[in-house]
Amino acid sequence: MTLGIRDMDTAAASELDRAEPAAKAAAKTTPAKLPVGKAFVSDPRIEVRDLDVFYGDKQALERISLDIGKNQVLALIGPSGCGKSTFLRCVNRMNDMIDVCRVSGSVMLDGENIYERSVDPVELRARVGMVFQRPNPFPKSIYENVAYGPRIHGLARSRGELDDIVQASLEKAGLLEEVHDRLDEMGTALSGGQQQRLCIARAIAVSPEVILMDEPASALDPIATAKIESLIEELQEQFTIVIVTHSMQQAGRVSQRTAYFHMGKLIEVGMTGDIFTNPRHELTQDYIMGRIG
Amino acid sequence: MNNTTEPVLLEASTAGRRIRASLARRHRQERLFQWLGIGAVALGLGFVLLLLVSVIAKGYSGFLQTHIRLSIDLSEEMLLDGAPVTEENLRNGDYRRAVRSAMQDLFPDVSGRRDRRELQRLVSNGAEFMLRDQVLADPELVGRQIDLWLPADDDVDMFAKGRARSNPGDSVPSRLSEQQRAWIAELERSDRLDIRFNWAFFSHGDSRDPEMAGIWGAAVGSFLTLLVTLVLSFPLGVATAIYLEEFAPRNRWTDLVEVNINNLAAVPSIIFGLLGLAVFINFFGMPRSAPLVGGLVLTLMTLPTIIIASRAALRSVPPSIREAALGMGASRTQTVFHHVLPLAMPGMLTGTIIGMAQALGETAPLLMIGMVAFIVDVPRSLTDPSTTLPVQIYLWADSPERAFVERTSAAIMVLLGVLAMMNLAAVLLRRKLERRW
Repeated sequence: MTLGIRDMDTAAASELDRAEPAAKAAAKTTPAKLPVGKAFVSDPRIEVRDLDVFYGDKQALERISLDIGKNQVLALIGPSGCGKSTFLRCVNRMNDMIDVCRVSGSVMLDGENIYERSVDPVELRARVGMVFQRPNPFPKSIYENVAYGPRIHGLARSRGELDDIVQASLEKAGLLEEVHDRLDEMGTALSGGQQQRLCIARAIAVSPEVILMDEPASALDPIATAKIESLIEELQEQFTIVIVTHSMQQAGRVSQRTAYFHMGKLIEVGMTGDIFTNPRHELTQDYIMGRIG
Repeated sequence: MNNTTEPVLLEASTAGRRIRASLARRHRQERLFQWLGIGAVALGLGFVLLLLVSVIAKGYSGFLQTHIRLSIDLSEEMLLDGAPVTEENLRNGDYRRAVRSAMQDLFPDVSGRRDRRELQRLVSNGAEFMLRDQVLADPELVGRQIDLWLPADDDVDMFAKGRARSNPGDSVPSRLSEQQRAWIAELERSDRLDIRFNWAFFSHGDSRDPEMAGIWGAAVGSFLTLLVTLVLSFPLGVATAIYLEEFAPRNRWTDLVEVNINNLAAVPSIIFGLLGLAVFINFFGMPRSAPLVGGLVLTLMTLPTIIIASRAALRSVPPSIREAALGMGASRTQTVFHHVLPLAMPGMLTGTIIGMAQALGETAPLLMIGMVAFIVDVPRSLTDPSTTLPVQIYLWADSPERAFVERTSAAIMVLLGVLAMMNLAAVLLRRKLERRW
């Protein structure tokens, strides 16, 4: 496993953090003056600073600096291969698994850089859960799917407590009503939409702070998609959510803020309404008008 | 390209005509290919059938053995020469005299040393030992007169089964004399000659006398050898596969290891035998002909098979399962043992059983480490000298006695039966354990 954080200039990064967001944006004089819009918020859960990601020689992300606000939904949009999934996977260090992947810069979660040596990715992933593009429940029972996280992290003190966690997670994921009488059936026997909600239940069972969703509805039919979207709305009361999506309508429906990525660069970021009604950067306009895609 | 006219698409009618013209040829090709496939399968099946028919036709009578019913006098005078009845004395009793006198009693008018010897040759040399074992198992028999079916000599057996003919012109002449054949006819008339199930074949070790020779020693040797192989190669192979597939970084060293594992799978097995001889026996001083060494050698031979099958099984587990587990915060080890391994297990077990079946049929490397020796005793431990089923088949096929032909084929049937059972087990196991996702 290669993890290239060593070249990061931590002193400079922390100095930048202390500066006023507005002053900082002004101080950063990148030639293209990217991104357009407000990349920083007053109450961030996650602060990403100067994030570079390389796959071998290919640079996948270039100097990304972006805040993710508490109990907000941030949507990441952009054409295929623009780096939005890569960005997402940097937030819970899933990129560690890729041998050729090298990351530099900092990702601060509650004031702590998750790429610091002292941070254990295992613990991090319990705090930052993830839901994948294709529903991927374990080939085990529904109960076991949800109970797995609490079990490996030792969250439940007793069998009863574990039962409660499973019930509550399924309830929150809006699945309990449909499966309460068949918890010992295989999770893989559910329909696609149910499987994806099971994966969400599995993710929230360990009470994470952040949930990352990588196109969670792209493999689902419109009705299942609608259910997932209303679920995301409910979940944001308790969790910070980052969602990658190809559907601009979906981004419009579920998110408060939207970030537009293009060719590994963060082009524009702002309140979702503003981005869709009044995109300022040319590339964003092209994408939203459907000229890039 | 033609410069004078613009390239144009074909008219629909022209295209249709040309397609129809080519259809007949395409269908013909398809039929031809199908027939070729069916022919290939039929040819393969034909050869298998030929093998089975030939082995069964030659070997079924190996499971049978001609016996002679003798009325044996088990008096103390006969067995012990008047010595007291103790286990020690019973063990050393003169059972040969008991068998001989019983045989003599059947034909009281045979006289002269030569004729008597000819008569005694009808009964197996091993008959006295079978009698002894019976008496030792049940000492109550001493002092009684019992009727016992004892195995006949292999020449009698061959003659009675019709495998050796009496006419001089026959391809396989009987080794029995005119006189002996007359005695056999006499025995048959008085219901004292019968072809019965050959228990000795399943309960005895090897012997120079075909009628006394059995596969039990070789079967136990094979079992012990395979036990060592399984216990060593399964955990080692699976652990290697898991490390290489799930943990090892991809670099020049792991590439080298991978290439060498694949090479190892292609090394002729006799080389492994030489290695076993040089390393385990000559260097480490392990005993010759022992199942322990056989197992070690076969482990080396089977490991690549198991590693390659296990890696394929691990690779067939969808990466989404790994991502799901890692995304939940499971460590790599937890991911592998909780999720990947259970899904890969059916494939790993199938690979292991197939590797074991290969090891069971292996002969060449075992010749090198001395498991080809003539061993009568059934092995009791991993270090006892022993042989294995395929080596036993090889040994018998090499023996001059006519009666070993059918025993060779019978042993082949047993070996094939065990192999078929192992492969069936592999299929059933896979079906039982396979999970869908």
